[in-house]
Amino acid sequence: MDRIDRLEAESIYILREAYREFKNKNLCMLWSVGKDSTVLLWLARKAFFGHVPFPMVHIDTHFKIPEMIAYRDRLAREWKLDMIYGENSDALAKKMTYPEGAIDRLTCCKYLKSEALRHTLAGDWIRYRMNHATGNYEPDMNKDPYQGVIVGVRADEEGSRSKERYFSPRTDNNEWNIGEQPPELWHYYNTSFPPGCHIRIHPILDWTELDIWEYIARENVPFIPLYLDQGEGKRYRSLGCWPCTKPIESSARNIGEIIEELKSGKLKNVAERSGREQDKADGGSLETLRREGYM
Amino acid sequence: MNYREQFNIVISGHVDHGKSTVIGRLLADTNSLPDGKLESIREYCKKNSKTFEYAFLLDALKEEQSQGITIDAARIHFKTAKRDYLILDAPGHIEFLRNMITGATRAEGTLIVIDINEGIKENSRRHGYLISMLGIRQVSVLINKMDLAGYSRDAYDKIVSEYQAFLKRIGIEPFSFIPVAALNGENIFRRSEKMPWYEGPTVVEQIDCFEPDRGKADKPFRFPVQDVYKFTGMNDDRRILAGMVAFGSIRQSEEVLFLPSNKKSRIRTIETFSDKPPECVSAGMSCGFTIDDPLYIKPGEMMLRVEEPSKPSASRRFKANLFWMGAFPMVKGKQYEIKIGTAYILINLTEILGIMDASDLESIGNKSEVDRYEVAECVLETNRPVAFDHTPLLDSTSRFVIIDNYQISGAGIILQSLEDENISLVKYLARRENRWDAGSVTKFERETRYGHRAKLVLLTGSANIEETGKFLERSLYDMKFFSFYIGMKSLSAGLDNDLDGSIENREESIRRLGEISRILTDAGLIAITCMREMDDYDAEKIRELNSPYELLTIKYGRSPFDKFPADLDLPEDTSPETAVEKILELMRKKDIVPEYFL
Repeated sequence: MDRIDRLEAESIYILREAYREFKNKNLCMLWSVGKDSTVLLWLARKAFFGHVPFPMVHIDTHFKIPEMIAYRDRLAREWKLDMIYGENSDALAKKMTYPEGAIDRLTCCKYLKSEALRHTLAGDWIRYRMNHATGNYEPDMNKDPYQGVIVGVRADEEGSRSKERYFSPRTDNNEWNIGEQPPELWHYYNTSFPPGCHIRIHPILDWTELDIWEYIARENVPFIPLYLDQGEGKRYRSLGCWPCTKPIESSARNIGEIIEELKSGKLKNVAERSGREQDKADGGSLETLRREGYM
Repeated sequence: MNYREQFNIVISGHVDHGKSTVIGRLLADTNSLPDGKLESIREYCKKNSKTFEYAFLLDALKEEQSQGITIDAARIHFKTAKRDYLILDAPGHIEFLRNMITGATRAEGTLIVIDINEGIKENSRRHGYLISMLGIRQVSVLINKMDLAGYSRDAYDKIVSEYQAFLKRIGIEPFSFIPVAALNGENIFRRSEKMPWYEGPTVVEQIDCFEPDRGKADKPFRFPVQDVYKFTGMNDDRRILAGMVAFGSIRQSEEVLFLPSNKKSRIRTIETFSDKPPECVSAGMSCGFTIDDPLYIKPGEMMLRVEEPSKPSASRRFKANLFWMGAFPMVKGKQYEIKIGTAYILINLTEILGIMDASDLESIGNKSEVDRYEVAECVLETNRPVAFDHTPLLDSTSRFVIIDNYQISGAGIILQSLEDENISLVKYLARRENRWDAGSVTKFERETRYGHRAKLVLLTGSANIEETGKFLERSLYDMKFFSFYIGMKSLSAGLDNDLDGSIENREESIRRLGEISRILTDAGLIAITCMREMDDYDAEKIRELNSPYELLTIKYGRSPFDKFPADLDLPEDTSPETAVEKILELMRKKDIVPEYFL
């Protein structure tokens, strides 16, 4: 087994463990439709032999790059996914967003992502579920909180993510107590939790950005072409909301060239989220966001 | 494609002995830092009027920077010419021991850092012990801050011989001892000119010599069944046993045995959801199997080859070495959840054979509980048989963790399987019967007055057993017998109101049901109850708890009963009327109720 085989086997083990322990307690997977959570979705199909036995949850800020939503719905239909999305309708209706000039970037992230996520998981804000017969989204009748949430974060993305466990408890306010995390040994995870908590599950924690692209290439995982240069010498390295995510200078036109760029080329020593403006707002902004439940 | 190899190491040692500096230097000297990272940390230090330390590189979080200590097993990547490394940084503060352990269980090799001026401290020893217990065999010891000791060979030799003696006691033979001055990068990547007397490897040379564990595929085949899938969507009718191969390898059509159920079958297909399913799978692969026979296999069973000379034990009692890290001590008489392989069951601590402090290996003497950070040799008893190995050769199937207060609180290694007997239940029953304060009316008198014997009738299966149970109660009553229906819902609403539906509490609610039927049958009644989700071990436990009156088991419809056959087996399509008739017939045959009644 090579490195990619081992990473895949471990991630599948964690996904199956999540399903074993949480199938009766409302399990879901967060899907940002970026490359990492799409690899995670691919791994889930492998873990469950072609099935995805839990809903995929997407938080729609309505400022996502439009190709992302089209891609999400195409895969949801093709793979028969139980597709759900949530949003902060109130902030959107009142135009309390950064692109509309009302608030700063970080507050915008907090409203449209963290808050929307928290309430969508808790089930106290409306969720929309894809009706596969019509292809449209309809208000979801199920309002139960999700108690197990599978998330595609990677430890190498930035400092605070490197502190994560594979199974990590969060309080109902989505708070994360980094200093008090229980130990995780071998293949044994903390799967029981006191009332008022939910568990975040991180099956691809050990993957690097390079591993992700090598896996996408090996498995032929479908991905959004925005990651490739379309001829203008620019491509996205990380996808998010268009007002806050800028493409990087790169002429990588296929996966092979992306991998080359990461391995030995110009991106070797540049942080992956360098195109994300909210990370730069203050020294520990992402950590502040994450403590409040940001992914 | 040729992927680079990745090797996981953990860096351990006492607080402030320089672990983070070693890591920082490894990153900087192997040119593994992202551009601007080092500069941003230097700038941060300047802005906050702090002396720059490599440790700040790793302390990515604000909280940590203010405390000056690493809180968690952070993951840090770096690469040498040979391969990629993942460092799991192990914090030195005792409060964060659980984080050190988290990192260490994923490592294949370790560097233990000791400050030459401070010498061997409590956590130098405790970490050493844990590394031994966690099964890491590739160890190198760095004697750090040599620059602050004048690069003295004598001082170095003294610590080396002292620590070597300690490691020997716990079964570790280190690959090397390396004198380093991490802050200056001496003997990390670059060989130090100040210590010409040292001729061994540098740190980077040493870790490049560590070997990933590749021997697992050559060991006896072990497949702990993680879960059993029967997805019905997309016309899928496969029943797949899923999991990760722990050791060895297996091919299609081989004969397999499941423990502890002792069921046998043959591998029909190997499932991986790829274009071409492999003919053979081996250690480390996550896969699935379908088997020839439609057996009821539970998650937690161990699958192995029928023709395997070295079989795991299947037992309820074993001797183990246990390291406790829970906030509350581990006590006798309390039920804990345990994870062994993929079996998640309940356990009791029944005997403590010895306790020592992991920081000095001193025996603590006779104690009735295991406190935090103590190591105990003890006897543990599970509530049902479980399959496990007990050899360092098959380490991952010999290890377990114990859950207390919703958290992994203890970890251990099984040393030996003990006689397979449910000692604690037998003892419990003996004590109970011994103390039973019987009334003045005898069993015989009641039987004579009521005209029937007392019994617990237990219905299980997929049919409408609740309706049938109530119907049976009514029929017996109409025949002037003394019958009583125990509703499980009434129990959970009242008597079991303090229990939630968790696995720990399930055992307790079964115990209570057993005790209630003991009383009702002692009162001479025919008690009737229904349990839909029940297996052979549950039934056996209720039977024992209800002794001396025992149990009549009725399986109505499909059920996972197998090893422990029911007294009466009724097909799903039997009508409730016929079912009751058949049950009454059996009760007459067993002389519980008379053949004729007036």
